[in-house]
Amino acid sequence: MRGYAALIYVFLYAPILLIVVFSFNSGFSASDFKGVSFKWYAKAATNTFVIDAVVNSLIVAASSATLATVFGTMAALALQRVKGWVRTVFDGLIYVAIMVPGIVIGISTLIALVSVFGLLNTALVALIPALAGPEPPLALGFASLIAAHTLFNLALVIVIVRARIAGMDRSLIEASADLYATPWRTFRQVTLPQILPAVLAGFLLGFTFSLDDFVIAFFVAGSKTTLPIFVFSSIRRGVTPEINAIGTVVLAVSLILLFGSQLLLRRGHGRPRRA
Amino acid sequence: MTAHGAANGTADIEFIDVSKHFGAIAAVDHVDFAIARGSFMSFLGPSGCGKTTSLRLIAGFEQPTTGDVRIAGTSMVGVPAYRRPVNMVFQHYALFPHFNVADNIAYGLRQRRPRPDRAEIARQVDATLDLVRLPGFHARRVWELSGGQQQRVALARALINRPTVLLLDEPLAALDRKLRRDMQIELQNLQREVGITFVLVTHDQEEALSMSDTIAIMRDGRVIQIGSPRTLYDAPANRYVAGFVGESNFFPGEVVAADERGATLKTAAGVVLSAPYPPGGATLVGTARGVIAVRPEMVAMWVGPDDPDGAAEFSCRLGGRVHNRIYLGDQTEYSVATDQFGDVLVRAAKASALEIGPGQEVRLGWRQASGLALVDS
Ligand SMILES: Nc1ncnc2c1ncn2[C@@H]1O[C@H](COP(=O)(O)OP(=O)(O)OP(=O)(O)O)[C@@H](O)[C@H]1O
Ligand SMILES: [Mg+2]
Repeated sequence: MRGYAALIYVFLYAPILLIVVFSFNSGFSASDFKGVSFKWYAKAATNTFVIDAVVNSLIVAASSATLATVFGTMAALALQRVKGWVRTVFDGLIYVAIMVPGIVIGISTLIALVSVFGLLNTALVALIPALAGPEPPLALGFASLIAAHTLFNLALVIVIVRARIAGMDRSLIEASADLYATPWRTFRQVTLPQILPAVLAGFLLGFTFSLDDFVIAFFVAGSKTTLPIFVFSSIRRGVTPEINAIGTVVLAVSLILLFGSQLLLRRGHGRPRRA
Repeated sequence: MTAHGAANGTADIEFIDVSKHFGAIAAVDHVDFAIARGSFMSFLGPSGCGKTTSLRLIAGFEQPTTGDVRIAGTSMVGVPAYRRPVNMVFQHYALFPHFNVADNIAYGLRQRRPRPDRAEIARQVDATLDLVRLPGFHARRVWELSGGQQQRVALARALINRPTVLLLDEPLAALDRKLRRDMQIELQNLQREVGITFVLVTHDQEEALSMSDTIAIMRDGRVIQIGSPRTLYDAPANRYVAGFVGESNFFPGEVVAADERGATLKTAAGVVLSAPYPPGGATLVGTARGVIAVRPEMVAMWVGPDDPDGAAEFSCRLGGRVHNRIYLGDQTEYSVATDQFGDVLVRAAKASALEIGPGQEVRLGWRQASGLALVDS
């Protein structure tokens, strides 16, 4: 039984380990290891296509994670005030949104965004004539990538922040009001500090998701290339050690962000308490 | 009960026909009372009787469904909690975990506009920490403190604001017996020192009796009786109050005779008992059933067959067998099984010469005037 479990771990992690190991291979072939070298990292780092894709990915990840964090936190706070079946339905829908396969989100956001952008473009051009030109102000590319990732990240942030708010001591808010703090000051001085670890964790998870997402991005990216899309298109020309290097970096960054978010969530809950 | 103190300007808090409904539940049901300025008032009652809800109506966390809540003569209906001149000590303290002790205590002062300057805040925090006997605790994390220390910080955080009224929701419930006793005394001293009106919620009758000037006994959202501990003990309005304030033996029965001063009842076992009404108590004239309450310390107990001195005056004499004995320090409590009334509680001074133990056949008796004829509800 123990051997069986070990086998599963080998099955899960061996391919990842191979990528990491061969990213340091000084040779080209993925079948024989010729010695340790960082040359593929250097190569990737100077490849303008790679740099371009990394910059795009970072822009999309930072924007979508920020938007999702702001609006998701607001939504989570608002949901806390809703009572009864409405809240149950909303909570359920948010979990469903996270479980929906990426391909479905990709197709549906593509269709939705194309039509929404169409409407918005007409409105924008009518309002601000200066925006009129051969290119519509909103098109597939950054706008659609950020919009699609924000939608998904919203659900992530809401779930994480909701859990934290639900676990928060309601009487802290009442104590603050009792001590003459207006609702806004209570929010700034008590609620926000209490939920901040979860808000930051939500941001980091959203950032990681956006950085790693291929499926949704592939549908809505238009002519823009994010890092996962770049990797995918390069692979069609064969797996190079350069791709291994990129994969290793993405893996490292993702793990660091995930670790950071877990640390934040744990710190938020694990405060030592005595009666 | 409906005497409003506002007319003569001595009431800090008034409830005028206040009700609070949560859906179909009337948590507070047509309640009227006035709390005198500078007094120590307790709400006493079993779980779910509406004590916390009453306090929250004063604090402003709840708004009354109907009726008016006044603080210092001003109607508070629609006034949010942060604009009311009252402060609360929460049952589980609700200290801000992300602030240290000093910042917790300074919280109320920092919300003031114009905001007091740093030196002034620091001075008042120092003074308040001294008041609650936690000098030098400024930089401590609140979750590192013991229960009693947290309780004092919560008290300091409320007191520093010099509120008109301090509300305390079972503030001592989480403390062990010894610490609770100490804190009860400290709270009483503190109340005299600062002269603020204290409103305490508790379901511990001893706590209410020992600390308060006035006690409101609640049941099912209603205030059954308001009065000094002495009044409630000597003149309970009905069986419920007599049972809640101190202990009593209750002998319910049919009213066979009643006049303006007292009533005679016939119990299920056929025993006929008489007793006067408590001072100011309701008469049982025209009532079918009533109850006679006899405090355990009013029951005399002796080993027969000779009656002790003065037994001739006893309105009731009966035999029984001791089946339990509890030492209460300076007193001893006996549970005596009788044919007529089941178990009867007897409390005797320890100094009482005879050592009576379980299994002993005894005789019991009490004077007619020691009982109280009460409404059986
Ligand atoms: N927010 C609320 N929503 C619905 N019902 C409530 C709410 N708050 C109180 N109640 C109900 O009102 C009644 C009185 O509650 P309250 O908390 O005032 O009782 P209590 O006397 O403080 O009891 P305890 O000694 O257990 O604290 C209870 O039946 C309770 O279930
Ligand atoms: Mg309560």
